[in-house]
Amino acid sequence: MLYREAGQFKASYAADQAIFPIAQDRVLMAILLVVAAVVVPLTATQYLYTAILIPSLILALAAIGLNILTGYCGQVSLGTGGFMAVGAYTAYNLFIRVPELNLLLVLLAAGAMAALVGVIFGIPSLRIKGFYLAVATLAAQFFLDWVFARVPWLYNYSPSGSVGVPDLYVFGFPVITPTQRYLFILAIVALMALVAKNLVRSSVGRAWMAIRDMDIAAEIIGIRPLQTKLSAFAVSSFYAGVSGALWAFLHLKSWEPAAFDINRSFSLLFMIIIGGLGSILGSFIGAAFILLVPIFLNQVPPALGIPLSTATISHLEFMIFGALIIFFLIVEPHGLARLWQIGKEKLRLWPFPH
Amino acid sequence: MTQQSGRKIGGPLLKVQGISLSFGGVKALSDVSFEIRQHEILAIIGPNGAGKSSMLNVINGFYHPQSGTVTYKGATRKQMQPHEAAEQGIARTFQNIALFKGMSTLDNIMSGRLLKMKVNFFLQALYWGPAQREEIAHREVVERIIDFLEIQAIRKTPVGKLPYGLQKRVELGRALAAEPDLLLLDEPMAGMNVEEKEDMCRFVLDVNEEFGTTIALIEHDMGVVMDISDRVVVLDYGRKIADGVPDEVRANKDVIDAYLGVSH
Ligand SMILES: Nc1ncnc2c1ncn2[C@@H]1O[C@H](COP(=O)(O)OP(=O)(O)OP(=O)(O)O)[C@@H](O)[C@H]1O
Ligand SMILES: [Mg+2]
Repeated sequence: MLYREAGQFKASYAADQAIFPIAQDRVLMAILLVVAAVVVPLTATQYLYTAILIPSLILALAAIGLNILTGYCGQVSLGTGGFMAVGAYTAYNLFIRVPELNLLLVLLAAGAMAALVGVIFGIPSLRIKGFYLAVATLAAQFFLDWVFARVPWLYNYSPSGSVGVPDLYVFGFPVITPTQRYLFILAIVALMALVAKNLVRSSVGRAWMAIRDMDIAAEIIGIRPLQTKLSAFAVSSFYAGVSGALWAFLHLKSWEPAAFDINRSFSLLFMIIIGGLGSILGSFIGAAFILLVPIFLNQVPPALGIPLSTATISHLEFMIFGALIIFFLIVEPHGLARLWQIGKEKLRLWPFPH
Repeated sequence: MTQQSGRKIGGPLLKVQGISLSFGGVKALSDVSFEIRQHEILAIIGPNGAGKSSMLNVINGFYHPQSGTVTYKGATRKQMQPHEAAEQGIARTFQNIALFKGMSTLDNIMSGRLLKMKVNFFLQALYWGPAQREEIAHREVVERIIDFLEIQAIRKTPVGKLPYGLQKRVELGRALAAEPDLLLLDEPMAGMNVEEKEDMCRFVLDVNEEFGTTIALIEHDMGVVMDISDRVVVLDYGRKIADGVPDEVRANKDVIDAYLGVSH
């Protein structure tokens, strides 16, 4: 009976259209934010930050981007890693060439450049769909991989091909320790997640979903397919770009193009399939899940006295992801986020079965 | 939904002249001409494969005819793009429902108002001030449509989960949300039971009456056609064989041979 909306009458459309129309959800979200912003910084260990919290927040951001394109607008992409790389290398080049530039502006520029590149690679989407579009974005991925490995100016002629950044500051504040980095990333990711949520519940979002669900009908209600698809590519790649810059600057700190290769693209796609296509919440759940499974496999079986070899663990990982992806694609395309939703619906009726 | 109410059939709103359309060897339409007059309900009938749906597709720019012209609101063109047709106030429903299956009833109908929503992308991203006000203003219009179509209970249901009859209703709602001047309905009552048909007839008549919306609809049920239409155009094998008020058409020898004769 805890999760109950009875008695909560929405007196206005504004209330009904709120992101969390049900009070318990609002409370839950507030608690979550307090935990993330206050409790975590007071208690988290270095390991929790660098192995779990920081990477899952950053990858969730890229997953939101991919979810906008694939989950909301229906355009499959295997190029997210490439767009993250555009963000990372744009940020890097700005950083070494215009060192006085504010970190926030660097991130903005990283997103903008990725958006531009995303739009260019999105143009074929007017003519091709589904599998063929996936192949076209795969080509984008390989092309971008090649560019960042083979154009020396982009990696500042570093002999090893790997680049890095020193300690960073924003408005004079250090973003160096795990706590500092975590809080900075949390702020950006929370803000961008809110923006994404706003977009998908506005008319831009409805246009994206219309294109996804039936492009023919979308056209007859006045949606311009190319414009709409390109806007999804732009927003999606912007998110990927910012995420890529954060990944490089605040998680890896020194990196090479392989950090953004096809495996990154695939793992992001897995995140949104498992987390939930067409769900912002699902992007977070998916990112955390994909990150936690290997950690879980590494730590729990040995603790239970079942030591597993590294090879076994990585095989297990693939098997689990594979099985889950097949399960979600066939049974529940809305992923873990949908299961959470169903759980809540059950709770809403609990303890009455109907 | 703020158009002039009452209805008085006026001059032609849309005129098709000498439309011919073929797909490879198949002639879907040959030299078809007729007009749709302001505020009327025009029925387009004909046996299966007569070219009725193709005609609607030509009107809203979905198919591009090899020859002929479409004159709409005084401007003559050879063809248009679907989104142009939408911008000019032509809305339609499809024979095989074309809803956005993953979206709720509310979102489907809201999407019908897309062309009327002007707030820019950045304000939408912030969901702030003008963006929120616009969203709510349109929500109010959409809620009136929902009340009118009596689908309050399925507001938040994903349309893919709705039964066929309700989906047809939601699709009508989406078309109405655009406040069209010309509404094209492709078999809005197909596959419905008697009650659902009656409801749908009532909606069509009410829309026409209250908002003065001009309606062209395709329908196979002759009872419905005779009841609700002001005029009837009959197509057979891609050609127009009759055009007139229902009683005239019913008495027409060619029509009896080609169409009524077949079904009786
Ligand atoms: N996109 C298309 N490609 C090829 N042939 C088509 C296409 N659309 C229509 N046709 C052909 O054009 C002819 C007319 O089809 P249309 O759908 O307009 O008929 P209709 O009068 O709407 O029939 P029904 O009552 O069965 O809906 C048919 O022979 C059909 O096969
Ligand atoms: Mg048809």
